[in-house]
Amino acid sequence: MKKDIFKVGGLVLKSRLIVGTGKYKNFKETAEAVKASGASMVTVAVRRINILDKKKPLLTDFINPKIIKYLPNTAGCFNANESLRTLRLAREMGGWKMVKLEVLGDKKTLYPDMIETLKATKILVKEGFKVLVYCSDDPLLAKKLEHLGAAAIMPLASPIGSGQGIQNKINLSLIIKNAKVPVIVDAGIGTASDSTIAMELGCDGVLVNSAIAKAKKPVLMAESFKNAVISGRQSFLSGRMSKLFYADASSPLKGLI
Amino acid sequence: MKVGVLNILIMAKIQLNGRKLELSSKHSITTLLKKYKIDGKKIAVELNGTIVNRNKYKLIYIKNKDKIEIVHFIGGG
Repeated sequence: MKKDIFKVGGLVLKSRLIVGTGKYKNFKETAEAVKASGASMVTVAVRRINILDKKKPLLTDFINPKIIKYLPNTAGCFNANESLRTLRLAREMGGWKMVKLEVLGDKKTLYPDMIETLKATKILVKEGFKVLVYCSDDPLLAKKLEHLGAAAIMPLASPIGSGQGIQNKINLSLIIKNAKVPVIVDAGIGTASDSTIAMELGCDGVLVNSAIAKAKKPVLMAESFKNAVISGRQSFLSGRMSKLFYADASSPLKGLI
Repeated sequence: MKVGVLNILIMAKIQLNGRKLELSSKHSITTLLKKYKIDGKKIAVELNGTIVNRNKYKLIYIKNKDKIEIVHFIGGG
């Protein structure tokens, strides 16, 4: 059988699970959860340094970017210009060219502003970035992002941090069917089985943050997600049985006493 | 007649990460980072809206009214 390789923007990733590093109790817990998840890529945010707190620990002291690939995001940016500024700074920081673009349109739903997202994608691609794009689950807009040169399409399953799981399987399936670049479900995954369902639909990967960080036992949940994503992928590759309306006995009737 | 040496230290009023500060204009970006114990390899600097190439930290000196942003990576989803 052909080896099942997950490649995004020319980069081969060992795991189809990408995890976020926000909302954890501390960096120690973040690092333990990342390790348990088996993820080889994590999302990170770009923020001002606290100049008054000189002893504040740094994320890079706990998660080595030379071992775990950092995927800088633009969380908190509400227009194309803010997100461009953030990602250009991220690139300066350590040469990060692979980035996660998210341009938000509404503070309550954190729904993406797709007009600004398309605008920013176009510029970032032109500047040589490999852009993984958080987007709505609209199949036409997803295709537009691909045409603009997005390295991956990242439709939401439900609102960011809501844990509502996959709300529109049909749209996700349409996006997957049409896409020639990887489709990574981002946002809204609430528990491990949600990620299995995403993978069974044929997604190439899953990005999870809150569902792990906000679990009662984040490290255990991280491991559960690792298994769930592997399981969903294997299930997808296996090809499920057809659904029947009536029962079909598993034990043969021949030789029945 | 004895001539006094006037040692005027020129101060620069700047904004660093949104905070108003008064610093000696003898500071370069390198010495500014040193003052705040910041590892220059783990951050990026923006000066008046333009990203500063890390090779130029030594060469750029703080001026009055400069707006400086120093950023790093934190946890995020």
